[in-house]
Amino acid sequence: MKLIYEKSQAGRRGIGVPKPDLPVPEVPQELARKSPPRLPELAEPEVLRHFTKLSTRNFGIDTGFYPLGSCTMKYNPRVNERIVGLPGFANLHPLVEDDAAQGALELEWHLQEILREVTGLDAVSLQPAAGSQGELTGLMLFRAYFKDKGEDAQRRKIVIPDTAHGTNPASVTMAGYELTPVKTDARGNIDVEDLRDKVDEHTAGLMLTNPSTLGLFDENIEEIRDIFHGVGALMYYDGANLNAVCGISRPGDMGFDVVHINLHKTFSQPHGGGGPGGGPIAVRESLEPFLPVPVVVKDGAGFRLEYDRPKTIGKVRAFSGPFGVFVRSYAFIRSYGPGLKEMSEVAVLNANYILARLKEAYDLPFDRLCMHEFVLSARSLKKEHGVSALDVAKRLMDYGFHPPTIYFPLIVPEALMIEPTESEAKETLDEFVDAMLAIAREGAESPELLHDAPHDRPVRRLDEVRAAKNPIVRFRFEQHPVEQLPVEQSAGARQLEAQKGA
Amino acid sequence: MSYLSLTHADREEMLAAIGVSSIDELFRDIPKGVRYGRELDIAPALTEPELQRHMEELAGKNIVDEVCFLGAGIYDHYVPAVVDAVLQRGELLTAYTPYQPEMSQGVLQAIFEYQTAICELTGMDVSNASGYDGTTVAADACFVAKHATGRTKIVVTEATNPQVRQVIKTYAPGFGLEVVEVPHEGGVTDPDRVREAAVDAAAVIFQQPNFFGNLENAPELAAAANEAGAMPIAHVDPVSLGVLEAPGEYGCAMAIGEGQSAGNSMSYGGPHYGFLAARNDYIRRLPGRIVGETVDAAGERGYVLTLQTREQHIRREKATSNITTNQTLLALAGLVHLSLLGPQGLKELGETCMALRSYAQTELAKAGLEAVFPDKATFKEFAVRTGRPARDALAAARAKGIYAGYPLGRDYAGLDDALLIAVTEKRTTEEIDRLAEALALERQP
Repeated sequence: MKLIYEKSQAGRRGIGVPKPDLPVPEVPQELARKSPPRLPELAEPEVLRHFTKLSTRNFGIDTGFYPLGSCTMKYNPRVNERIVGLPGFANLHPLVEDDAAQGALELEWHLQEILREVTGLDAVSLQPAAGSQGELTGLMLFRAYFKDKGEDAQRRKIVIPDTAHGTNPASVTMAGYELTPVKTDARGNIDVEDLRDKVDEHTAGLMLTNPSTLGLFDENIEEIRDIFHGVGALMYYDGANLNAVCGISRPGDMGFDVVHINLHKTFSQPHGGGGPGGGPIAVRESLEPFLPVPVVVKDGAGFRLEYDRPKTIGKVRAFSGPFGVFVRSYAFIRSYGPGLKEMSEVAVLNANYILARLKEAYDLPFDRLCMHEFVLSARSLKKEHGVSALDVAKRLMDYGFHPPTIYFPLIVPEALMIEPTESEAKETLDEFVDAMLAIAREGAESPELLHDAPHDRPVRRLDEVRAAKNPIVRFRFEQHPVEQLPVEQSAGARQLEAQKGA
Repeated sequence: MSYLSLTHADREEMLAAIGVSSIDELFRDIPKGVRYGRELDIAPALTEPELQRHMEELAGKNIVDEVCFLGAGIYDHYVPAVVDAVLQRGELLTAYTPYQPEMSQGVLQAIFEYQTAICELTGMDVSNASGYDGTTVAADACFVAKHATGRTKIVVTEATNPQVRQVIKTYAPGFGLEVVEVPHEGGVTDPDRVREAAVDAAAVIFQQPNFFGNLENAPELAAAANEAGAMPIAHVDPVSLGVLEAPGEYGCAMAIGEGQSAGNSMSYGGPHYGFLAARNDYIRRLPGRIVGETVDAAGERGYVLTLQTREQHIRREKATSNITTNQTLLALAGLVHLSLLGPQGLKELGETCMALRSYAQTELAKAGLEAVFPDKATFKEFAVRTGRPARDALAAARAKGIYAGYPLGRDYAGLDDALLIAVTEKRTTEEIDRLAEALALERQP
């Protein structure tokens, strides 16, 4: 398909601009644009058709089942899209005085209250723009808390299990901490013996996803809590998997001191092809003074933004946060009410049902009941028939499904991480299972069918090594296409793809 | 109203297949001590009509019918209808990060086209797929500069958006960076002051047009940074780049900014997108997703996420950033808007903003309001002295249905009487006349 720049014809326009009958002032010569940016030139109908055609080359929840583990790809209610476009929300400037934003502030305040209840913690900041920014903000709060106690120089270590999302160690570095990895035991829990040796008065805290990226609830969470709190360290809860436990178990009650909530996962903000997200954090009272500003507070019958927090870490993003995300998530939560518990129950039921039906056909590294997701392995298929998790994923596309997350978590070879969410009908789950079972048979009988998959997508498998060796990251107009030297790589290396859902 | 499909019979059948007798039993691995034994204290569920009504009531409590001259980083530009139509395509709206390129060519190609548009606007070689907003991309740029130069000082001009500066300062301790601010002089930054501050600095960050709306002598600021071996980084407004020079043309190493002006409604501050572009030298140090062109097994052109060894899911604690979820949908809105405008439309948009801004300056001067920074060239925003505390002036204008601007005293000492006034292409001369009338001062003889 042509790029929009290749459809461009000089002199075409897609939208007009008002031209008041006024002189246009000159820009000082040395600051004025010399040559115009080569933006596309198309009439409006062609612009709309271009992007509509692009959409037909893409797959979303609205298209079909999207069991991308760890990403919680659930239904995005259409009413929320209508609501977020209400002029009272869409046309509100973020710097108006508080009296002009009472509806927005009331919504934010209620969302804070709901998140306090769901997490079992005392105070909330809605500001972080995504889960990974919530992580970083949480670690900044750790540092502010220990600095306030005079212990920041002493406590330099953050403990992270080997199943963690890559964002956790990356956030540790960005916050200026050092990483202490801890192993996973044979049941998929944190290895408590390994942990005991690694936690001491130099430990600032733990970052844990619970249930973990294996989809397993850590059975020793109370003991883990005692180990960290026993040395005065803090606990951070990566809320990526909160969809499993709403109304069932609360991070605050598990002992966590800071939690981020991925509004785009648990509370259904559409993922938008990569974003936006929302990563509010909830904290224990002892950490509240350090929260980013502004904080939304209730003041009599009204609401206001409070900036006067002398111990604040500052700001991690502009304004009070990604407001449109709050609107959608608040609307989603109000649709369920206390029924959020049923939402989590069904998410867990759906996952266990698929697991029960698939565990004979694929390897199951940890044979337990799962929470809202689980991890299978294609290890035997690979060993016996040369068929990899990547091949299984690509073949699933031929059956009309988005593949699961693959090759993550890193401790499971040939991992297939499956998260159905609560949204799906039993028929959909059955169709997916039937496809996975058929693919396991195909892998044994005709592995080339899988190696060559997908067969009917807009493109075949893409050469990722070539893309990375000679990066072409923008259209180059008359110099396009760019002459490329052939890259010598084995077929395997060309397809090797590390990925994680987050 | 929930969005669940399973019937009672489905649930029974599924529990039997799993081999448990109840839903509760699925949660047996959760220790009793950490179970939540109560119902969540959340208001009862609403049906869709009830939800619509409740949300309309909340939206109705916001005041959005005052004529908006408020800017200071977020602007009341027009968002074309085609933007909404594209963003509501479910295949784009409800997809996630394109990890599986065969399922995601639509989003991948759109990001490639977005990256191209940002490079064209800024005069840079490479753009990422977006950052969270115009503040966080500044922090990202500091991280790039630290590792590219091996230096730990960041210079930022005081005339840069206060929220951008605050976010940089919040990130700085974790990055091991020291932040130095260069004061403005009469509303612009003196290149000589930058030259002194830039010694041993990793980067010099300045805004063009700056927070006061004034045009900096950007080529000289960039040159001052380059002379000291610091990376010049320009924070720019995308809709200004049809009339203002591209940062790549005056020696900047990186260009960053808030993308809201192009394609996004104000939405009380988000979600929007930040853009981040750089010279090719820094391509392997950039944070976030980048889409590249390649070929498929049949030799056909296609797009993939590329240079992923920079990223957290592979490099973990050695990654260039922790960013995962970004702002693709909002960046797509920017691309659609820019595609509708084209180069001529973007230039006209800038010219209309400037023409109306100039008219507003003239009318406010006639109404007795002095310019805070006389004789400074501006783009779509400027500062005036209101002759009284700015909040009083704001209140007087609001009583007449005009939201007159941003009180600069919130961030700058000595400007308690000053309002920052933004004029977009949506404003009319009649609205500007009303603004001037609402703010008019008694003429002194």
